Amino acid sequence: MNITVKLFASFRTGRFDIETGDYPAGTTVADIADSLKLPQSELGIMMVNSRHVKLDRVLVDGEVLALFPLLGGG
Amino acid sequence: MDSLPIFIRAHADVQLFSWDRQIEAATRFGVTLAQVEEIALERGILPARYQRNRQAISVSDQLTMFRSSVCVVGCGGLGCYVIEELARLGVGTIVVIDPDVFEEHNLNRQLFSTPANLGTAKVNAAASRIGEINPAVTLIPVQAAFSLENGASLLDGCQIVVDALDSIKVRLELAAVCTSKSIPLVHGAIAGWFGHVATQFPGDPTLKTIYQAWESGNGVEQHLGNPSFTPALVASLEVAEVCKILLGQGTPLRGRQLIIDLFSMEIQAVTLHNNDEEQE
Repeated sequence: MNITVKLFASFRTGRFDIETGDYPAGTTVADIADSLKLPQSELGIMMVNSRHVKLDRVLVDGEVLALFPLLGGG
Repeated sequence: MDSLPIFIRAHADVQLFSWDRQIEAATRFGVTLAQVEEIALERGILPARYQRNRQAISVSDQLTMFRSSVCVVGCGGLGCYVIEELARLGVGTIVVIDPDVFEEHNLNRQLFSTPANLGTAKVNAAASRIGEINPAVTLIPVQAAFSLENGASLLDGCQIVVDALDSIKVRLELAAVCTSKSIPLVHGAIAGWFGHVATQFPGDPTLKTIYQAWESGNGVEQHLGNPSFTPALVASLEVAEVCKILLGQGTPLRGRQLIIDLFSMEIQAVTLHNNDEEQE
């Protein structure tokens, strides 16, 4: 199934801004983060089709996943 | 005291009252600069230092601002700029909470830090700075670490709280205390070229939503650092939120998070909604 992944801020470094890939059925947000070598401790906002989701969300063909890093500095 | 309003009216020039006259009035009538400011504003006379606040902010808005109390939690990269802007805006009372002293690694971005004041409590440096730039503003320095234990009493009397912390754990505690006290919280966070801003109104799950994936530790700022321009920008956005909320004007970032990427020069707003909605 096709999933479009949009990366933001520092997640783009060495990766991409937006990319559509073919993933097996049952792929979760955590699986995609792992495949992109994004440490789970650095994940901030995660959205599918503009709605907030958690790591265990199973993706469906055609969905758009957006991943933002966790920002906590002041 | 009765003749103070007469003095102010007599020395107002086109409804503007100069700083020199404000000092003269305080000295002659034995009152504080803040008291002179309030009496002038009550009579529709604007201290001349605020003349460029017009037309964004009217004279009556300026009085509202003067009578406002804003608490800034954190006096670092974000906090220093927030405090500077609130004081120049004319917010009458600013409570500043931070446990730390200035260190050398603060000098790249923290507005009140100088080589000469390294080792000085940040909240005391803030008080000195505000005493220089707008002595009519009351800055209350609190050299303490915000926590669930002391939080409720530290925020007593504050109408709005500004999150200028550097810890996600403490931010979530601050959000919880603001919720329990029904105080709006203007949130900002930064890392490297990136930042975000949102405002949590009482009852909203704003910070819980933003940090729902957080389990422990810090964010990516620990390896991205914090250059000078990111805190300046995010702090300014936070102060614009404070200004609108105090005056009841404009559209605040309620239920929305503004995400700033200065590396790609992209700014976008994402909708924040609670986890229950997601389970629908």
